Amino acid sequence: MQENLNTVPVMAELFAQGETPEVLFWVGCAGSFDDRAKKITGALVKILNATGVKFAVLGTEESCTGDPARRAGNEFLFQMLAQNNIALMNGYGIRKIVTACPHCFNIIKNEYPALGGNYEVLHHTTFLQQLIDAGRLKVDGGSFAGKRITYHDSCYLGRANDIYEAPRVVLQVLDAELAEMKSCKSKGLCCGAGGAQMFKEAEHGNKEINIERTEQALEVQPDIIASACPFCNTMMTDGVKMKEKEADVKVYDVAELIAMAGGLIA
Amino acid sequence: MGIVLQVLFALIFLASLGLAGMKLWRIRRNIFLGTPESLNDRKADRWKHMTLFALGQKKMFSKPLPAILHGFIYVSFVIVNVELIEIAVDGITGHHRTFAPYLGGFYTFMISLIEVLSALALLAAIVFLARRNVLKIKRFTQPELKGWPFKDANLILIMELILVTAILTMNAADFQLQQLGAAHYPDTGKLFVAQYTSAVFSGMEMHQLEIVERSAWWLHILGILFFLNYLPYSKHLHIILAFPNAWYVRFTSPGAIQNMPVIANEVKTMLDPSATPEPVAFTPKTFGAKDVTDLSWKSLLDAYSCTECGRCTASCPANITGKQLSPRKIMMDTRDRLEEVGRNLDKHGSVQDDGKSLLGDYISIEEIRACTTCNACVDACPVSINPLNIILELRRYAIMEQSNAPQEWNMMFNNMENNQAPWQFNPADRLNWKNEI
Ligand code: SF4
Ligand code: SF4
Repeated sequence: MQENLNTVPVMAELFAQGETPEVLFWVGCAGSFDDRAKKITGALVKILNATGVKFAVLGTEESCTGDPARRAGNEFLFQMLAQNNIALMNGYGIRKIVTACPHCFNIIKNEYPALGGNYEVLHHTTFLQQLIDAGRLKVDGGSFAGKRITYHDSCYLGRANDIYEAPRVVLQVLDAELAEMKSCKSKGLCCGAGGAQMFKEAEHGNKEINIERTEQALEVQPDIIASACPFCNTMMTDGVKMKEKEADVKVYDVAELIAMAGGLIA
Repeated sequence: MGIVLQVLFALIFLASLGLAGMKLWRIRRNIFLGTPESLNDRKADRWKHMTLFALGQKKMFSKPLPAILHGFIYVSFVIVNVELIEIAVDGITGHHRTFAPYLGGFYTFMISLIEVLSALALLAAIVFLARRNVLKIKRFTQPELKGWPFKDANLILIMELILVTAILTMNAADFQLQQLGAAHYPDTGKLFVAQYTSAVFSGMEMHQLEIVERSAWWLHILGILFFLNYLPYSKHLHIILAFPNAWYVRFTSPGAIQNMPVIANEVKTMLDPSATPEPVAFTPKTFGAKDVTDLSWKSLLDAYSCTECGRCTASCPANITGKQLSPRKIMMDTRDRLEEVGRNLDKHGSVQDDGKSLLGDYISIEEIRACTTCNACVDACPVSINPLNIILELRRYAIMEQSNAPQEWNMMFNNMENNQAPWQFNPADRLNWKNEI
């Protein structure tokens, strides 16, 4: 176990010392720059340190994966970013990657191989599940015992990659009551951020998608809406604010809930 | 008289098959106007997928009641077509129920099975008609179903009603004729439904019964032949194309967008001039798709396979929240445009520029831009169709060939290019978060 829970080893430095981390933590743009998402990044770093996982980040060498560009239709820009990232990671001999962003996870796992980037890629919910299964991560419910949590499926974890159970299994250690929304798992409604929608106004309609989804979440009267994607998190947080429910309903990432239950963050 | 009817039957039968064959061949030709894509690997998995999703209609069962009713119509349709063999033999030879004396009890069983399935199909067709016309559930009343598609759905259900009514009438009259000991009506054994329904005809003269029986027989076979020729114009083509469409499913992860090898090579040699480009199987004439002929043949097969059920649209977050995008409309537009290109080809011998295209004349930029790439439509489709793939190809064309992006996306592109992040942050600050945790 790392003494300092906030230690963030950087790949370039480890490489210079001839060290290889167990896993590369791919932080992603939201995790690096977005104020809300940075908290998720922090929670995961503390969990990694507390469980003694030898990890590293690319730091300033990391670039956007190219996901929003590719999905908007800008293949040139995607290829530039992706090929640079792959050259960088292959240069470091990276084998295994964990990330807290389902979009980064999906694109590195499913789209980088066609460009020569072959890695074992894990979303943090799967990684947390493995840590729990291996007995490396021990948490109990603590303040979450008996709370009502509803989990919002991220499209790029669920339908795109068939990951429905890992986040739910991880949430189960919290001893909370897991309530499913009327559309969940493969029928889960999108939060509205994917496909580069995050970066522009929505087309004309009669409602924002995140409001529709937030209403579905509020229907089950949760204390907490759990997410596993920084963009879903933003969308649901905004939705809860718009519905003026932020005093009663909190939106947290699965990693934050685990870190809180383990007393790693407040 | 007999021989005239036999010749007439043979002519109508062969002409209908020939005509339908030509129509289907034309559809096949249209599909291959699309760009090449290799989808014939992993045969064992393809068998499995086709058995489960086309034959087994696995996705239908997310809504159990419609799945069961749809199953009645589907199974009765398949079994009734087995009877078509006998009808053809009877029609050409002038015999009646040629197989009855040879098959004995098995014949009684098969015809009884057809009767039961027909009765169930009758029930299903009535429920489905009510669902479309009385209940007016949302996915059957959305804008893209106005006009022909709505009529098409009703027409086919009414046709189904007529066909099964003809079968039941034919058998009931036949059974009654057998009771009266009519010549030319061989013993079929106790038919499961007709033994009761024949009571309707009790008291009728033998020659009247023969007229009823013959009329129902002709109505049934002419109905089936008409149906066959109607298919190529209808959403009901899916009863055939659901099978190849399931077979040629893409096995790549649903989250993966197809690579563009030409651009990958271009960027590769730009980043490293000494790099050797990867061999490219096919060089497209545009980046992304402007028209149907720029889409993969699989997307065109998708379009012809669409049943217009709207399960995709009912699950689409953009559509649910009132945006113009409807994945069903994407599929219907693709088929309509492909039919138009097909007619163009029929007329001129090669596809001439008609000044129209899928993007712009059929599908608007506003529609494709509203997509969140959430894959709900792909997941919901019972016949293995991927509307998202078409949307993404159209987006590629809009961005790379037309530079048609909203201002915010242009800013995002700039940021990604200059700051390696979609927001305007200094890349040197990318690790600053570590001081804030
Ligand atoms: S992928 Fe696009 S078209 Fe399909 S359901 Fe999601 S938003 Fe709608
Ligand atoms: S694409 Fe599939 S789900 Fe959508 S209308 Fe056609 S058949 Fe139905």
